[in-house]
Amino acid sequence: MAIEVRIPTILRSYTGGAKVVEGAGDTLSDLLTDLDSRHAGLKGRLVTDAGALHRFVNVYVNDEDVRFLGALDAKLNDGDSVTILPAVAGGAFGFAAAAAIAGHRAAVAAR
Amino acid sequence: MLSIDRSIVDAIVAHARRDHPDEACGVVAGPVGSDTPTRHIPMENSARSMTFYEFDSMEQLRVWRAMDDRDEEPVVIYHSHTATEAYPSRTDISFAGEPGAHYLLVSTREPDTEEIRSFRIVDGVVTEEPVRIVDAAVDPHAVQSYMFGQSPATVDYECSGR
Repeated sequence: MAIEVRIPTILRSYTGGAKVVEGAGDTLSDLLTDLDSRHAGLKGRLVTDAGALHRFVNVYVNDEDVRFLGALDAKLNDGDSVTILPAVAGGAFGFAAAAAIAGHRAAVAAR
Repeated sequence: MLSIDRSIVDAIVAHARRDHPDEACGVVAGPVGSDTPTRHIPMENSARSMTFYEFDSMEQLRVWRAMDDRDEEPVVIYHSHTATEAYPSRTDISFAGEPGAHYLLVSTREPDTEEIRSFRIVDGVVTEEPVRIVDAAVDPHAVQSYMFGQSPATVDYECSGR
């Protein structure tokens, strides 16, 4: 079962520079595990230590944001296209509040 | 260094003023590899906040796909700070996910003048860069500084010591 996955610039260091890779899995979580077996470290950039989809990325299945499809539990089918984009966000908001939104991992990353 | 056409800067400032006191945000696309911003795309701030901005994820998907179809990339990603200086907050740094983009910040805290600054943000490291505002209507080679509402002078704007 082949699912096309579009990789954003910032994560292409994990795919040897490839913009599109293929993977397999019945759910988004399975797909990311499969991808990580060939592109080690990729899953860690998309999924937090707590096992949730990272706040800093948007993942889409075909034309839908996976946050509306069950996030990591989103079901996948052969021929689906998965797109990963960096979430674009920010603002003057204080760091403590931002960290509360983004989780502890964000706090570590920003130091 | 960011070189950007004055008409695009004017459109960004107008967007920031229109949405003030909420933060405004958007993209300027340009041909891949050109480092030249040519197509201004104001985006909705789905956070509708005075202290936070976030692209609507579905609008972003449409805009990023359109850029892909046109062989464009996000050359500039901009947003406004409406009560503080035009310098990336820690939140901005945490989220910065386009290492090739110029992160342009506009401060609208002063009613009559704007502070416009540009940064590279790569792996959490912020580097300020000069902004050259190019007045194509007068002379495509002329480079003028943005002097916060004063008449433009023909000098380069160089940021100090960064």
